Amino acid sequence: METAKKRVLTGNKAMAEAIAQEMENDKNVFVLGEDIGKYGGIFGSTQGLMEKFGPERVLDTPISETAFIGAAIGAAAEGMRPIAELMFVDFFGVCMDQIYNHMAKIPYMSGGNVRLPMVLMTSVGGGYSDAAQHSQTLYATFAHMPGMKVVAPSTPYDLKGMMTSAIRDDNPVVFMFHKSLQGLGWMDQLDYAIGHVPEDSYIVPLDKANVMREGKDVTIVGIQMMTHYAMEAAERLAQDGIEAEVIDLRSLAPIDKDTILNSVKKTHRLVVVDEDYRSYGMTAEIAAIVSEEALYELESPIKRLAIPDVPIPYSHVLEDFVLPGPDKIVETVKQMMDEA
Amino acid sequence: MTKFEEKQPSVSVDKLMWMYEQMVKIRYYEDQMVEAYTEGKSPVFNIGKGPVPGEMHLATGQEPAAAGMMVHLTKDDTVTAPHRPHHHAIAKGVDLKKMTAEIFGKETGLGKGKGGHMHLFDPQAKFSCGGIVAAGIPHAVGAAMANKMKGKDWVAVAFIGEGAANAGAFHESLNLAALWNLPLIIVVEDNSYGISIPKTASTSVESNDLRASAYGVAGAYVKDNDPVAMYKAAEEAVNRARNGQGPTIIEIETFRFLGHFQGDPELYRDKQEVPGLRARDPIMKLRQQLLDAEHVNEPELEEIEARAKKEVDEAYQFARDSDYPKPEAALDDVFTS
Repeated sequence: METAKKRVLTGNKAMAEAIAQEMENDKNVFVLGEDIGKYGGIFGSTQGLMEKFGPERVLDTPISETAFIGAAIGAAAEGMRPIAELMFVDFFGVCMDQIYNHMAKIPYMSGGNVRLPMVLMTSVGGGYSDAAQHSQTLYATFAHMPGMKVVAPSTPYDLKGMMTSAIRDDNPVVFMFHKSLQGLGWMDQLDYAIGHVPEDSYIVPLDKANVMREGKDVTIVGIQMMTHYAMEAAERLAQDGIEAEVIDLRSLAPIDKDTILNSVKKTHRLVVVDEDYRSYGMTAEIAAIVSEEALYELESPIKRLAIPDVPIPYSHVLEDFVLPGPDKIVETVKQMMDEA
Repeated sequence: MTKFEEKQPSVSVDKLMWMYEQMVKIRYYEDQMVEAYTEGKSPVFNIGKGPVPGEMHLATGQEPAAAGMMVHLTKDDTVTAPHRPHHHAIAKGVDLKKMTAEIFGKETGLGKGKGGHMHLFDPQAKFSCGGIVAAGIPHAVGAAMANKMKGKDWVAVAFIGEGAANAGAFHESLNLAALWNLPLIIVVEDNSYGISIPKTASTSVESNDLRASAYGVAGAYVKDNDPVAMYKAAEEAVNRARNGQGPTIIEIETFRFLGHFQGDPELYRDKQEVPGLRARDPIMKLRQQLLDAEHVNEPELEEIEARAKKEVDEAYQFARDSDYPKPEAALDDVFTS
């Protein structure tokens, strides 16, 4: 009997494959951004595209984010399907007017008469001493503002499937990819950055969370690196007889309330883990949803793990202190179970 | 008067000697940083490992811009620098020990380990830098404004790469500085690449000094990474600014001997390019000029070189000997008390 060997790719190759397949399917799809051509994207998300599609559809831009993101908006309004890369999400500061006052609002203000079928893809995340201006996720900053879908896939499979969905979606989609999950040779080699990716094109929806692990004792909601840390924590907790259910949020906006609520109704405990700032963030949003809609299901207070409202420090001892990780998750869950 | 000064009476050989020392110090500092950065990152390169983790943008080959400008500045003049800041910091007189400790993430660093190599702040030296392209230009506009409001003849200098001249902040800042006649100088270090993108693919004009006329400011171009030509262009710009005659853009053709950052595979440039640039090393050029001027002899130059290296070695030793911050210190300094 023959065993089919599963095809595996890194996160960035999965993304690049999705973009390439959509570029083949639809001549309106094109990519623009800094160092996305010959370099293939600083984090590899456009590798091979220049060779395949040439400089007319893979455009290296000057360091002019307002101009090229604004131009993507203009092109999208004309029926093109641009994919613009903002190299680091932290750089949003120089071009946010185009993103939230224009990309996010034009469809609404036009009464739906203008469509902006574009993807703004950007790298997020820290953990490698890149300090305060290159390590943020800013999940909530983008998810807070209406008019953009904001997704942050955690696995190579989802990176490809959600990128394909994002390109085909008629709305502006902010597509956040985590640097540590790209499978880059020059970062920590993480098992999570490599995974099964079918060659044929497929889609993963932009509005569904994913139950990564089932459990009956506690629900842990995470996204990207925090999902993987939650999975590590869950394995360790299982050795102590605690069965955690891990939800990979995947999509920040729209948020999949049902998956979270259904899980909490089963486990009656909730921990939310976020690589973003604590206050006014994703942890607060999910805690609020559960408080509003499932408060009486809870057997203990909701716990939140996030960056304690400080900019990301450079020195690794300081960064390790502020970033949530498996140890902190295990400790938090155990405290919760003890209190019960 | 030396032979050099006979030929070029506007140039002080003492000041060139100062520049030479700074350039040697910068080069040696960056060479040591290559070593320190590589520690813990081999055989497998991992950006997060070793005593100096994170991104590392080195200025090897770009020394003339910093030395040729800073030779005309005092401690009262302000300098802002970009993500590749070591040469500016060193020539501006930033505390070398604290700067190095910061890069090593130690509590004795300029920012107690919170900033790192792209985010160095030394208020005593009136120096700052940052990781966002072109963002330091408006800060220099503000410093120039403050100088003018205080009635001082202090100037502000923003160093940027040629890639930053296509960001909105460059154009808005120039208009504002010209409108308000501020003592601002922008030094554009054209090292030919914005990461991998050659200037020809990013910039609509041949050099950014040509953009000066659009804002009604002065422009100057320094070719071939030439320290003496940089000295002259900077002197003129500084005098103009101090005398209330407004901003200047200086573009210098400079050389990036290393990658955009350490670990950059540099697949976008020809393998022969860097050896060609190294053959035109500005430090060797200035050294020869000083010897030709018969102002110094070989042993005297060696003494300068030894002094510069000693200062750098001591700074690295200080950084290595310093302690890491306590983890909970991450929570301090969000607000000043």
